[in-house]
Amino acid sequence: MSNLTREETEALIAEVLEVYPEKAQKDRAKHLAVNDQSIEQSKKCITSNRKSLPGVMTIRGCAYAGSKGVVWGPIKDMIHISHGPVGCGQYSRAGRRNYYVGITGVNTYGTMNFTSDFQEKDIVFGGDKKLAKLIGEIEGLFPLHKGISVQSECPIGLIGDDIEAVSKKAAAELDKPVVPVRCEGFRGVSQSLGHHIANDAIRDWVFGRDGKDVKQEFVPGPYDVSIIGDYNIGGDAWSSRILLEEMGLRVVAQWSGDGTLAEIELTPKVKLNLIHCYRSMNYIARHMEEKYAIPWIEYNFFGPTKIAESLRAIAAHFDDKIKAGAEAVIAKYQPMVDAIVAKYRTRLEGKRVMLYVGGLRPRHVIGSYEDLGMEVVGTGYEFGHNDDYDRTIKEMGNATLLYDDVTGFEFEEFVKRVKPDLIGSGIKEKYIFQKMGVPFRQMHSWDYSGPYHGYDGFAIFARDMDMTINNPCWKTLHAPWLKKPEAVEELAKAA
Amino acid sequence: MANIMIRRSDKGDYVFYLPKRDLEDTIVSMEFDTPEKWGGEIKLNNGGAYFIEPQTAPERLPYSVRAKRLDAAE
Repeated sequence: MSNLTREETEALIAEVLEVYPEKAQKDRAKHLAVNDQSIEQSKKCITSNRKSLPGVMTIRGCAYAGSKGVVWGPIKDMIHISHGPVGCGQYSRAGRRNYYVGITGVNTYGTMNFTSDFQEKDIVFGGDKKLAKLIGEIEGLFPLHKGISVQSECPIGLIGDDIEAVSKKAAAELDKPVVPVRCEGFRGVSQSLGHHIANDAIRDWVFGRDGKDVKQEFVPGPYDVSIIGDYNIGGDAWSSRILLEEMGLRVVAQWSGDGTLAEIELTPKVKLNLIHCYRSMNYIARHMEEKYAIPWIEYNFFGPTKIAESLRAIAAHFDDKIKAGAEAVIAKYQPMVDAIVAKYRTRLEGKRVMLYVGGLRPRHVIGSYEDLGMEVVGTGYEFGHNDDYDRTIKEMGNATLLYDDVTGFEFEEFVKRVKPDLIGSGIKEKYIFQKMGVPFRQMHSWDYSGPYHGYDGFAIFARDMDMTINNPCWKTLHAPWLKKPEAVEELAKAA
Repeated sequence: MANIMIRRSDKGDYVFYLPKRDLEDTIVSMEFDTPEKWGGEIKLNNGGAYFIEPQTAPERLPYSVRAKRLDAAE
């Protein structure tokens, strides 16, 4: 099916909106748009970061998910207490595949769940005593932990516990950082505020310690950089890191996939902050720019075109040695890229993709698809802000669909009409669309594959897209007796 | 009153950033822009206008400061 024109897309949006009551229609209309590359400010065409409508299916998370699940969780040598009832921590335990090295339960704690397991009496009498006791127990059971963060769940804010006081006291006793994070789930409209709160907690409670938890002496070098906003999903940060190291840079810190507390405390000493996920960690980068005069740039390690662009942009901040290093890296991987493109492009050329994910992916992965000759015909953010859409408009083709905080109904209707060859979204959407017979990749944790960052990641990305789209199972979704006559004839011939 | 951050873009212009509204835009004009007196009424590319209490210029950008909204373009 050919692409829709601007008028057709507008008509499609109007048609989908028809089923809503008038008030809901008015609200949702602001979140759906047809892309127009001539618009510079996304505010003029799309509204974002607003409260979801009651009664529709949204795919958003909460502030706790943004803080514990995304920003703090991957810091592997700290223990993150899910402070409150047991469910929030337990049902999200190890859900994001932030890979790390270390011995879990001895010096790393990434996939473990620590919770204060609130009961009725804790709600009635307050949970501060329990928290203090819990911190003592952690120190006894896991003496090698480097610090603790207290991730508040909803009841903590509702009953007004003073976790800051408990944390301060515990930090003094243990001589380790104990960070209270006020990321109660009811705050804000999505996980996005949780990212912000988590960033602010790092600023106030970790940077405030002035690096005193770093045991070895640190000698700053001229080529120190940090990777910010890479959560090492399926090993993403590792496949990014090797490229930076190959071009001659020294990666001091990974925020926060496979990251440690010491790395975070050392970050104010680097020369340049490299931001991958702008949405979740731009706050801390802006803070470091103001306080420590560290410039930051956004980069994109999805697909060879964007990688080469990003490597050159990063090198431009350093001397000729690094610039030559960047060129050498690009040249070194070019044969590998050519081989991948030669193998998969013929199988994927012209296929159309719809995306609906969060963070950076709705715009960042577009380059990867384009390198394989595919086209992204619709994209949207779960919890993006205006500045995300500002950046997206330029990446997307004219007259393509943009949808913010799309509802389950809208997404299904769009797919029925646009008929993409592939959808990239989350686990909640996966089985609906697979049952509709549309190839689907779960793009939150790369459908349990990955990494997708860097040149090595591109090889895996191309293979995964090919094996999803060209999987023979899509042809066998209809029972033989429901097939059209010509298809049955063909089957008879083959038999 | 809102907390804003002013920084320099790659091209050398001032950039206005209002975190609460994710508003990031270049500053077209600033009333006072000398080392001794800096601030006053600032006009943004999108048509908005803000006011910063005139003060001595910050030694280094980015710089966080309180600003009053005079006229915001929506």
